[in-house]
Amino acid sequence: MLIKRPDPIRPSEITSESNYLNRRQLMAGLAAGIALPACSPQAAELPAEGALADIAKSRYSTDETPNSYEDVTTYNNFYELGTGKSDPARNAQYLKPRPWSIEVSGAAENTGTFDIEDFIKPHQLEERIYRLRCVEAWSMVVPWVGIPLGDILKRFKPTSDAKYVAFKTLVDPEQLPGQRYRTLAWPYREGLTIAEAMHPLTIMAVGVYGRVLPNQNGAPMRLVVPWKYGFKSIKSIVSISFERREPATSWNMSQPREYGFYANVNPEVDHPRWSQATERRIGGGLFAPRIDTLPFNGYGEEVASLYDGLDLRRYF
Amino acid sequence: MSTPRPQRGLNTRDRVRFIGKPLVFALSLTPFAWLVAATFGVGGLSLGVNPVETLLEDFGTLGLRFTMFALAVTPLRRLTGLNWIAQFRRMIGLFAAFYVTLHFTVYLVLDQGLALAPVIEDIVKRPFITLGMIALVLLLAMTATSTLAARRRLGQRWQKLHNSVYLVGILGVWHFWWQVKSDITEPAIYAAVLAGLLGIRVYWRWQRQRRAKPSAAAASPQSAA
Repeated sequence: MLIKRPDPIRPSEITSESNYLNRRQLMAGLAAGIALPACSPQAAELPAEGALADIAKSRYSTDETPNSYEDVTTYNNFYELGTGKSDPARNAQYLKPRPWSIEVSGAAENTGTFDIEDFIKPHQLEERIYRLRCVEAWSMVVPWVGIPLGDILKRFKPTSDAKYVAFKTLVDPEQLPGQRYRTLAWPYREGLTIAEAMHPLTIMAVGVYGRVLPNQNGAPMRLVVPWKYGFKSIKSIVSISFERREPATSWNMSQPREYGFYANVNPEVDHPRWSQATERRIGGGLFAPRIDTLPFNGYGEEVASLYDGLDLRRYF
Repeated sequence: MSTPRPQRGLNTRDRVRFIGKPLVFALSLTPFAWLVAATFGVGGLSLGVNPVETLLEDFGTLGLRFTMFALAVTPLRRLTGLNWIAQFRRMIGLFAAFYVTLHFTVYLVLDQGLALAPVIEDIVKRPFITLGMIALVLLLAMTATSTLAARRRLGQRWQKLHNSVYLVGILGVWHFWWQVKSDITEPAIYAAVLAGLLGIRVYWRWQRQRRAKPSAAAASPQSAA
C-alpha cells in the first residue's frame, strides 16, 4: 500500500494559515489582552448535532480511503460507555454533550472555565484524515474535523512552567454508566508533553465525517494524536491543565508495564502480551491480510524529531 | 431415578440414542450455523465491523463454554441421579474440541494469514497463547482417542489422558483471563463456574476418603469421573 506522506513542514507553516490571515485581529486581541475574542471572522459554529459548516482541508490529511461512518461510530473503545466494542454506540444516549464546559487550569496566564461553544469559536475547523492505530493492533482511517490543539492552547498563554498538558474526561456515572465499575481509575486521564501538544498534527476533534462528533466517539470534544496509540486520544474532555511534571495517565496507572506515558506507535516495541509489528485495518473483510505497522503510525517524518535522544524502548 | 414404567416404544437407552443425541448435536451445532450464516450475511446477520475478531472471540467463547458443559455432566448426573446424562459427555467434549479448533484456525488462517513466523513467536513468547496451544493439543489428543476402540486399547492410560480435561478447563479460563485488557468480569464468571465444577469433585473425593478411612488405610482413589 502506498502511503503518501506530506512534505516536511516548512518553518513558515508553524503559523497556521488562519492565524496568518488574521494577524491583525490577533495583534489587536493580544494588545487588548483578550483571550477569547467574542467575535472573529473565523467564528466556528459548533452546533449540538448535525453537519458542521466551513471546514477547511488540510495538507496533513492522508489520501488513504477513510473507513465507513459505520466503522468509525460502531466500533469504539470508550470504557465509560461499556467495555465491548459496540457498547459505546449502544449506550451513547446517556451522555449529554450540552451544556458542556471545560476548565483550563495550571501554568498559564488565562485560566478559567469556558463553554464549549466559546472554546471552539475563535478557530477555523479543519478536516484531518488520519490513521488511527489502537494498541489492540487494529487500525482505521478517520476523517476528523477539528482544530490544531496548539492554536487552542496558545490562547491560554502557557507560562514557561508548562512542560506538560494534562486532560481529564467527564466523571458522571449517570452519563457515563461504565464509571460505575472501576475498570480504570476514573476520571480517565491523559497527558502530552507541551511539544507534543503544540505539534501541528495534534488536534482537538469536534466532528467526524463533516458532522458533529457522535457521543460514542467522545462528544463534544476529544483529543486526536495520530502517531500515538488510540488510548492517548482522550474523549469527552472537561479539564485541561498545564503542568510542570508528567501527569498520571489512566492506562499507565492501571498497567504500568503495558502502557507507557508516551505510547508512540512502535512496531519494534511489543505490548507484553501481543505483537505490535502488524495491524488489522478495519473494513478489509474476512480475508484481508494484516498490514505492517509503521513507526509513529507513519507520521515519523513529522514527529520523530520530538523524541531525539529518547530511548523509545524504555519510554514506550 | 426414573421410575420403572411399562415399555412403550422406546426405552431410556433408545431415547438417548434416537432423540437425545440428535437433539444435543443439533443444539451444539446451532451457534456454528449462526456464525456461518453471519459470515455470508444470510438473513441480515452480520459479523460486525471486525469480522475476524468476532469469529475468533465467538469460537473461543464457545470452546470454553462447551468445556464447562462437559465438566458439568458428571456433577449434574450425580446431583440429579439421571445417569443417562453421562451418555452425552463425549459428544459435548468433542464439540468443545471442535470450537477450540475453529478458534485456532481463525487465528492461524484469517488473523495471521498463515504467516508461520509470527504464529510461532506468539506461541513461544506470549504466555496466554502458549496456554491456549497446550489446551488445544490436549483436546486434540482426547478427540483422537475418543472412540470405544481407543479406550479399550489404551486401558488405564486412557483415563489419565482424559483427566486432562480438568487442566483444559483451567488453561482455557487462564488463557481468556490473561488476554483481557482491564475488565475481568467475564473471565471471572468462567473462573467461578470452573471453581464450582472442580470444587464439587474435590469435595466428593474428600468425603469418599473420609468414609473409607476407618476401614482401609490406603483408600484407593477411584478414577476421577
